[in-house]
Amino acid sequence: MSELKLKDLYDGFRDPATIRMLAAQIGEAAKALHEPLRIMEVCGGHTHTIMKYGLPQVLPDNIDFIHGPGCPVCIMPKERIDHAIALARMDDTILVTLGDMIRVPGSQSSLAVERAAGRDIRPLYTPMDALKIAKEHPDKKVIFFAIGFETTTPMTAALLHAAIAQKVTNLYFHINHVLVPPAIDAIMSDGQAKINAFIGPSHVSVITGAKIYAPLPQKYSTPVVVCGFEPVDVMQGILMAVRQQAEGRAELEIEYSRSVTMEGNVKAQQLIDMYLQPRSHFRWRGIGDIPDSALELKPEFAHLDAEKVFAEVLPTEPIDDHKLCICGTILKGLAKPMECKVFGTACTPNSPLGSCMVSSEGACNAYYRYAGVLG
Amino acid sequence: MCLSIPSKVVSVDREKNTAVVDTMGVKREAGLDLMEEGSVNVDDYVLIHIGFVMNKIDEEDALESLKVYHEILAKLDEEERSRVVLEDDNCENRGAP
Amino acid sequence: MKQVQLSHGGGGEETNKLIHDLFYRHFKNDILIKAEDAAVLQTEGKIAFTTDSFTVSPLFFEGGDIGKLAVAGTVNDLAMMGAKPLYLSSAFMIEEGFPFEELERIVESMAAELEKSGAKIVCGDTKVVPRGSVDKLFINTAGIGQIMREGISSQTIHEGDVIIASRDIGRHGATVLMAREGLEVSADLGSDCETLWPAVEALIGDNISISALRDATRGGLAAVLNEWAENSGVCLEIEESAIRVSDEVQGICEMFGFEATDLANEGTFVAAVAPMHAAFAVSTLQRFGFCSDAAVIGRVTQQYPGKVVLHSAFGSRRFLDLPKGELLPRIC
Repeated sequence: MSELKLKDLYDGFRDPATIRMLAAQIGEAAKALHEPLRIMEVCGGHTHTIMKYGLPQVLPDNIDFIHGPGCPVCIMPKERIDHAIALARMDDTILVTLGDMIRVPGSQSSLAVERAAGRDIRPLYTPMDALKIAKEHPDKKVIFFAIGFETTTPMTAALLHAAIAQKVTNLYFHINHVLVPPAIDAIMSDGQAKINAFIGPSHVSVITGAKIYAPLPQKYSTPVVVCGFEPVDVMQGILMAVRQQAEGRAELEIEYSRSVTMEGNVKAQQLIDMYLQPRSHFRWRGIGDIPDSALELKPEFAHLDAEKVFAEVLPTEPIDDHKLCICGTILKGLAKPMECKVFGTACTPNSPLGSCMVSSEGACNAYYRYAGVLG
Repeated sequence: MCLSIPSKVVSVDREKNTAVVDTMGVKREAGLDLMEEGSVNVDDYVLIHIGFVMNKIDEEDALESLKVYHEILAKLDEEERSRVVLEDDNCENRGAP
Repeated sequence: MKQVQLSHGGGGEETNKLIHDLFYRHFKNDILIKAEDAAVLQTEGKIAFTTDSFTVSPLFFEGGDIGKLAVAGTVNDLAMMGAKPLYLSSAFMIEEGFPFEELERIVESMAAELEKSGAKIVCGDTKVVPRGSVDKLFINTAGIGQIMREGISSQTIHEGDVIIASRDIGRHGATVLMAREGLEVSADLGSDCETLWPAVEALIGDNISISALRDATRGGLAAVLNEWAENSGVCLEIEESAIRVSDEVQGICEMFGFEATDLANEGTFVAAVAPMHAAFAVSTLQRFGFCSDAAVIGRVTQQYPGKVVLHSAFGSRRFLDLPKGELLPRIC
């Protein structure tokens, strides 16, 4: 192969023969493990790949996945979904957000239900469409309910940048951007978590650079491999983690080197820093309060901040998940979804009680849909 | 999390600071707001996330990874072939009806 | 530009003129022009009867329009029961102000589609409603067909049957998605919208032993296979690599996080046939341009009754889920 074709970037990294070959290599390397490798794939995109391609079925028994909190809608606490609903219910308002948010239930309703009841709620293909909508409806308040991890944050910053430059005054922002490293720390900090290796998120790392994981290998004596979302990438990443563990190494490695550097996208980072700052705390559904784990608008942009401008309509009380829900324990690798009393009975994808059942990237949801018989 | 898709740059509009990218035959406009000026050019491979180019894919690196896999697979094929030949040579039932 | 007005639906002179100048002109046949309160039909043996309402945005898309859809959709429902499409009704619900010229294009397209199966529109209705009451134009068609092969049913798929897909999947859903306002995408991609009766007629003519036929419309291939697994209490084991998806449809799926198996089709069907006829059925189908990609995609077992199992090319398996809720683009 001398010249890269676009199709190679898809098919090459989904090639069945390569996956089989890597499975054999992992099987061989895993024989040298002293204890089972319990890998947390932090990111829901990896959970999706692992379940969609059925990767555990071709891996040895001493490799176990612990599905992490890396799904921005799963970790959104109900009170913040209620914020979106409260904002959408205001007069002369258009609430815009990314498709993933529409179905997620809050404490009493969801954006899909509100839209059916006549509220103007629109899913966006790109945040820039929010600007178009705001210009087309100068008489309306257009509120962008911004969600996502580090990957999606710079796009919100770019929208802010454009809105300010073009002097659009009817576009407001409700910021729910969350950060990966504090979540990992929260899961690992009490020392109970059984995780002994990490797969680092692909596209978060494209923006932030692999440097954000630099402290982890030392702090928790775990290998960290940043790897891509395609199945070949995930298998290669697992192989690298297995080899590290077998050789007694705990290092930060990059499998996804075609897209991830140590530094990341500096321009995107600068754009974020221009408008956003760490929030003193953010409550993660399933985990709880984590300091500095999310972003908010800087004070000088308070006039664009929907949380400030429309504070009087927003509920403030935290709303906990059902007390039978064991999402927190599952995220630490201390329990499997099936061990939860409400799994598949009171808690299902159509009416989730806890965060892990909310979207197809949550651990419980993935087990509910794929695992049952096929393991 | 964070669906991003490899695409190829078809054209660049410096004025609007956007590019038209091709994803398996589907063309679409993407913003260049997150990229250094002049860094994205026609025929570059990029990742697209919700309407923005978020990085350039290192073409050589991608080729190198794929080459390594191809070579290992080719070697395995070779080994497999010799194993089959060897088994055939050692076959006790050779010539049996 | 001439527009449809409320008076066109009022039952008076304007309505008559619309019916004569437009519908009779294009749908002309002996039964229709009698203009009785009901069409009087001659049929033999068992008949199949179906109805469907059509709404699509945009009304015109690459590879078809709402008119082609309204004829092909109903004709295909008949064909999937082994019935030769004979007679259709067609009812138009038109929003006041709808351009006459567009309505004529749609009616022409319906007439052209009818020729492919030989079916006739023998009765109809026109309503014009005030602006905002419907989105431009809705069409309902009902159809009657003569059963040419009895016993084709989603309830009687047997263990051992082979599953055949008539072509690559997801084209209609991807095309309409692309054409929708606000989605700035373009590609060499068209809907698969097509009348399927000629292909079904050939399968019957070649004496292929068919257990079931179904066109994979809303909900896509995933919905049809799951319905079959459930209705017949069997397990459908599908080879993922045998399902064909064009690059453009795959591109749309990558872009929005969809699965091609969930996307709608309007001229793609699945057949469950006896194993000894599988290869013959595929070659029969391949004689038709719109089935030239026909292929065996799986077989019927009792492994997990009521479930559809997808086999990957590297040895893993997973259930193919029924598509849920509205298709929303994912960022995750």
